Amino acid sequence: MEGGYVDGGVVDGDCPDGDFIRLEGVEKVFEVRTRTGLLRRERRRVRAVDSISFTVARGEMVGYIGPNGAGKSTTIKMLTGILTPSGGRLRVAGIDPSRERTRLAQRIGVVFGQRTTLWWDLPLIDSYRLMHRMYRIPDRRYRENLDRCVELLELESLLDVPVRQLSLGQRMRGDIVAALLHDPQVLYLDEPTIGLDVVSKARVRDFLRELNAERGTTVLLTTHDLQDIEQLCSRVMVIDRGRLMYDGPLAGLHEVGDSERTLVVDLEREMPPIEAPPARVVRVEGPRQWLAFPASESAAPLVAHIAATCPLVDLSVREPDIEAVIARMLHRLEGAADPAPEGAVS
Amino acid sequence: MGTGRLYAAVAASGFRRYATYRTATAAGVFTNSVFGLILAYTYLAVWNERPHLGGYDQSQALTFVWVSQGLLMTVAVFGGGFEEELIERIRTGDVAVDLYRPVDLQGWWLASDLGRALFHLLGRGVVPLVFGALLFPLALPASPLTWVAFVLAVGLGVVVSFAIRFVVALSAFWLLDGAGVAQLAGLTAVFCSGMLLPLNVFPGTLGEVVRLLPWSALLQAPVDVLLGAADPLPTYGFQIAWAVVLLGVGRLVQSAATRRVVVQGG
Amino acid sequence: MYEGLRAYGLITAMWIRSTMAYRASFVMTTLGNFAATGLDFVAIMLMFSRIDSLGGYRLPEVAFLYGLSATAFGFADLVLGSMDRLGRRVRDGTLDTLLVRPAPVLAQVAADRFGLRRLGRIVQGVLVLGYAVASLDLAWTPSKVLMVLLALLSGAAIFCAVFVAGAAFQFVAQDASEVQNSFTYGGQTLLQYPPTVFAKELVRGVTFVLPLAFVNWLPALYVLGRPYPLDLPAWLAFAPPLVAAACCALAMLAWRAGLRSYRSTGS
Repeated sequence: MEGGYVDGGVVDGDCPDGDFIRLEGVEKVFEVRTRTGLLRRERRRVRAVDSISFTVARGEMVGYIGPNGAGKSTTIKMLTGILTPSGGRLRVAGIDPSRERTRLAQRIGVVFGQRTTLWWDLPLIDSYRLMHRMYRIPDRRYRENLDRCVELLELESLLDVPVRQLSLGQRMRGDIVAALLHDPQVLYLDEPTIGLDVVSKARVRDFLRELNAERGTTVLLTTHDLQDIEQLCSRVMVIDRGRLMYDGPLAGLHEVGDSERTLVVDLEREMPPIEAPPARVVRVEGPRQWLAFPASESAAPLVAHIAATCPLVDLSVREPDIEAVIARMLHRLEGAADPAPEGAVS
Repeated sequence: MGTGRLYAAVAASGFRRYATYRTATAAGVFTNSVFGLILAYTYLAVWNERPHLGGYDQSQALTFVWVSQGLLMTVAVFGGGFEEELIERIRTGDVAVDLYRPVDLQGWWLASDLGRALFHLLGRGVVPLVFGALLFPLALPASPLTWVAFVLAVGLGVVVSFAIRFVVALSAFWLLDGAGVAQLAGLTAVFCSGMLLPLNVFPGTLGEVVRLLPWSALLQAPVDVLLGAADPLPTYGFQIAWAVVLLGVGRLVQSAATRRVVVQGG
Repeated sequence: MYEGLRAYGLITAMWIRSTMAYRASFVMTTLGNFAATGLDFVAIMLMFSRIDSLGGYRLPEVAFLYGLSATAFGFADLVLGSMDRLGRRVRDGTLDTLLVRPAPVLAQVAADRFGLRRLGRIVQGVLVLGYAVASLDLAWTPSKVLMVLLALLSGAAIFCAVFVAGAAFQFVAQDASEVQNSFTYGGQTLLQYPPTVFAKELVRGVTFVLPLAFVNWLPALYVLGRPYPLDLPAWLAFAPPLVAAACCALAMLAWRAGLRSYRSTGS
């Protein structure tokens, strides 16, 4: 695995491979002041992150998902040194982000979905030149990385364009390049494909997969797009209300959540609800019917059954969106989980 | 009748918009008070040297300071009103839509600016004056009639100010750099309105010229009405004359701009 | 410290290069800055066209005070003037993007949108100072020259400290930037005039509470051979460097506290 680490530090000795990112009982408590009535203010303590523990090994590609306000962004902020934890122990590459922020910054790359790390009014290439110097990237390495990334993400013609004139997709790709110029050991992506068109999404996903395969960059990805997870991550962590609810393979998520896919059937004419266990009809609108069936089951026998028994014009299979999957999973786990904490902030 | 209601609505919306900037308004009042304080002491020293400089006595000079700090935003000496928005709309081409509307461009922005000016008069005008009155002996009139005459003069001053800024903003149709012209206009306004020094203190010919320029209608004119240093009616005449001329220039420029838009297709 | 200076240098170099790419626009905006800041002295000249002395000071003496204040402030404004944008960054969350870079936050914020046009203010300050020095009928001893130089440097450092402290305050109150500006721009305007113009309480405040008087009043009055309105020991005229150092230290403490608070509570 080529690609040395730019700061020349001996990384391997800092922590065993299996514990590249290590969280032990990490907490983040916020004090929120809210107005109750005209003059009075109340102080509430909100546990955005409530005793989360997990480890990520070097080279893993992990999805970190959950409903809005679950604590995903807060965790990422603690991992990158933006926020200091209220409790617990947190190490990335053996470094404590809250104490050695700049030392860690040298080894991480961050892509924020909503905000850019590039300089807004200046041409793209100026931002890269500045990062070349700021991160002390060796000239040859900088050239190689820049040429490679620009080629793969098709940014050649955009290098002289001011960042504020780029479209969202172009800016996102620009941000990804910026995050990788210095060969970071770990890449954090916060909603990297949001707002992108299908082609751009595919490009970004391919790029990330190659990155992980070739350079062994550890990737932590938060997203609302289930396809991102399916195509990139072998492991998924689900967080809800500050707690880690699930940590394992994606397939397991469907099982635990007992999630469902939807079969949309267009019949020749209006008919009474179709009988086709294990699917059940959830909605009927004229000749169109929606049937839900367990995601772990194949759609094939169902389709065959319906085609054989009903006057079928057309049908399609819809995947559950990740929100629904998680919602179902959490709903099921709720009975087993401890009483939920007071509130949550993302 | 319909147009009247429309303009009233535009004015109300202008007022409301600036009223939402509560923190900025408070901070601005603080700034006005700080600068008012510095200027007040400076003028005290100047008028100590020459007790009847410019026809003012010391308390009148102090009143000038505090009233001008209070009126700063109302008559938009530094800008900060609709011009930036209009210039931006011209720059992006959105103004083409405005020109095709059945509402007059100049009328629209005038109504909006008057709404803004009313808010700034109340929100930024009162507190500095009260603050100044508490700390220094000011020459405020006892007669309510004078106050009414003063407010009327302020209103006319706002119209003249608008007329100037409207023409400046429209220059963005022909010049690439609207911001540069706006800055130049701002500097001229600061110099010629009395913000640096009351215009009747300006020496010799410079003084005579600057008192005839339209900018003297913004600040100097209303303050002189308040102080009783000038009669209201001739002052109104001066302000109205400049308002008519500059609004007229604005209309000419506007039709030239409209023609340009039609020809160029926005 | 070195890391901060290095990052500051890199970022400002980029902005300067970018500004100079539009040469004409740069010249225009710098001239605009020169004119806008020079208006303050125009006001003073207008005053002196009608009076001979202000608070007992003649025009060259006032110009001396003005030149020192404007040049020192101009330098601080050039170097750290962008600090008041911190509140905006905190509010829209873009401060976080600075925290993930391997450079001190203060350096990044200070260098953000470096405005080379602010040279205009320095130039008009230096011109007025030059006029003052040429017109003043003084015996220029080496110690007086040294005092002027130290005053300029210390004055710039004191204003820098005020900028940093004001920015630190914006971690807590994001809309406070205009209040901060009242102190910096207001303070600078105050110092253009002789201390004899102002009420004793104000002079006391500017000497002991927010020590702006050490920017130009104290050293300048020593050079001019004039008494300070407050009863102070003469050696205080030599204190600006010390005061500057103390102000910078306090400002750094405030900054660290503000940043620590931000990293604890988020945006």
